[in-house]
Amino acid sequence: MISRVFVANRGEIALRVVRACRARGVEAVLGASEVDLEGPAARLADRVVCLGPAPASASYLLSGTVVEAALGTGCDAIHPGYGFLAENAGFAALAAEHGLRFVGPPAAVIELTGDKLRARAAAAEAGLPLVPGRAVGSHAEAAELAREIGYPILLKAAGGGGGRGIKLARDDGELAALFDLAAAEARSAFGDARLYAERFITAARHVEVQVLGDDRGHVVHLGERDCSTQRRYQKVIEEAPAFARAIGYSNAGTVELAIDVEREDFAFLEMNCRIQVEHPVTEAVTGVDLVDAQLAIAGGEPLPFAQPDLVASGHAIECRLTAEDPDDGFRPCPGRVGEFSMPELPGLRVDTNCEDGTVIPPHYDSLIAKLIAHGPDREAARTLLLEALDRLTVTGVRTNRELLARLLREPRFVEADVTTRWLEETLA
Amino acid sequence: MALSDEDVTTILRLIDEADVDELRVETPGFTLHMRRGSAPSDAATGAATGAVPITAPMLGVFYRAEGPAEAPFVEVGARVESGTVVGLIEVMKLMNAVQSEISGTVVEICAENGRLVEYGQPLVRVAPDR
Repeated sequence: MISRVFVANRGEIALRVVRACRARGVEAVLGASEVDLEGPAARLADRVVCLGPAPASASYLLSGTVVEAALGTGCDAIHPGYGFLAENAGFAALAAEHGLRFVGPPAAVIELTGDKLRARAAAAEAGLPLVPGRAVGSHAEAAELAREIGYPILLKAAGGGGGRGIKLARDDGELAALFDLAAAEARSAFGDARLYAERFITAARHVEVQVLGDDRGHVVHLGERDCSTQRRYQKVIEEAPAFARAIGYSNAGTVELAIDVEREDFAFLEMNCRIQVEHPVTEAVTGVDLVDAQLAIAGGEPLPFAQPDLVASGHAIECRLTAEDPDDGFRPCPGRVGEFSMPELPGLRVDTNCEDGTVIPPHYDSLIAKLIAHGPDREAARTLLLEALDRLTVTGVRTNRELLARLLREPRFVEADVTTRWLEETLA
Repeated sequence: MALSDEDVTTILRLIDEADVDELRVETPGFTLHMRRGSAPSDAATGAATGAVPITAPMLGVFYRAEGPAEAPFVEVGARVESGTVVGLIEVMKLMNAVQSEISGTVVEICAENGRLVEYGQPLVRVAPDR
């Protein structure tokens, strides 16, 4: 059992975690930078400590400072939220060394999944199909692989992930031009110059499967979060817990898979070891409180449900309201919010740490609020989200509200169901 | 007029039992400013007494001395110069010296030995030389 959690994050996810702690009767200590000492999360927490000045490199990213703060405030667990130290194996190990429970998978698992080559090997061992490819130590090796599997190929950084550190080569000329650049970028961005190359799937759908595992090897999936994948992918989705089980995963995470529409098969891509920004979508359709489950698992409790207990109901869509100017290259627009008001509508959930007068600091991402609409079907969720966007008020800073509403009205977005049927027919 | 910790505790208890929210007493050389619920800002007290806080440059565990058997770096009444070490802050076994940036006299030790201090928390107050 956990009795006091150190929340090492900010913004809406900090409030989300503090609330989950309160709901469990667990105390929450918020570790905040100098500019985040006020607001709903700070008020709801049992205690707030100042980690350091505003830049994340001097506050939220200091693993030693965060562990020291957790120990000094009598916490027995650390919740890292997402971003910052959430997928830092060294941080998870440091917390564990000091007797703190890390609300996430074990450090060794974070390390394994962070190394895309090791993750590929583990997936192969677990029986999951992989996109054809392998580690390439030189341009010559990459060119040889391309001759075997054919162009286009992707060059990926072994230390990358989440779409970062990837380059596409369509022929020998492009590969020659890109190889050294990709290696140099991988070294500077991830401190690891190792590359691997794999076939580029031209007609792919990325599927992210939410999984939850406890420390007794029990792993379940809670479906995926891409609207256009449906019953047909059930078998694919069921492979995700197999991988998590094979690597000894515990707590919440997502397994990313690529579905090759043309070849009618699928392959493992990578695993993310954190609670994700879009987790409320899964919570809306399954009714499972994922952050509560994270705290329970970190406290050593077994999963309270089995796979057959988990049934998805309806459809949910999330959008991120940000302080950005879409007409100026998504330039962040930090500043002081004047009036802040979100509508209360049945089926609508708003996750935010903003209120009237909140300052959006320039040091972090520009997320203001997440709006999650849940309805009996996709169209109901879409129209609910549009109504919410229409009725909310945020003054004082530029936001992407109009852009979000425009996207939700885009015919291609509206007709995603048609695409799904088309996909199903293609795969039939 | 010098106050011991016990004097301060007694005053706080008296104020707590009285029906006042804020109290300000000023005599030459002595200022007392209390507010129920929240601490008066550093600026308010600093301006009244002329004392300047030396704040924690980082979060960590504060130590007033080099070791448990050693004498504290500074006590109330001690002289400090720019560069004088007033305490240590430990972060993951690494000791960081906290130095005064002004010269003057220590008038208050605000942080407790061996306890967590936050970034920006006042550690000692120094009355600068005039």
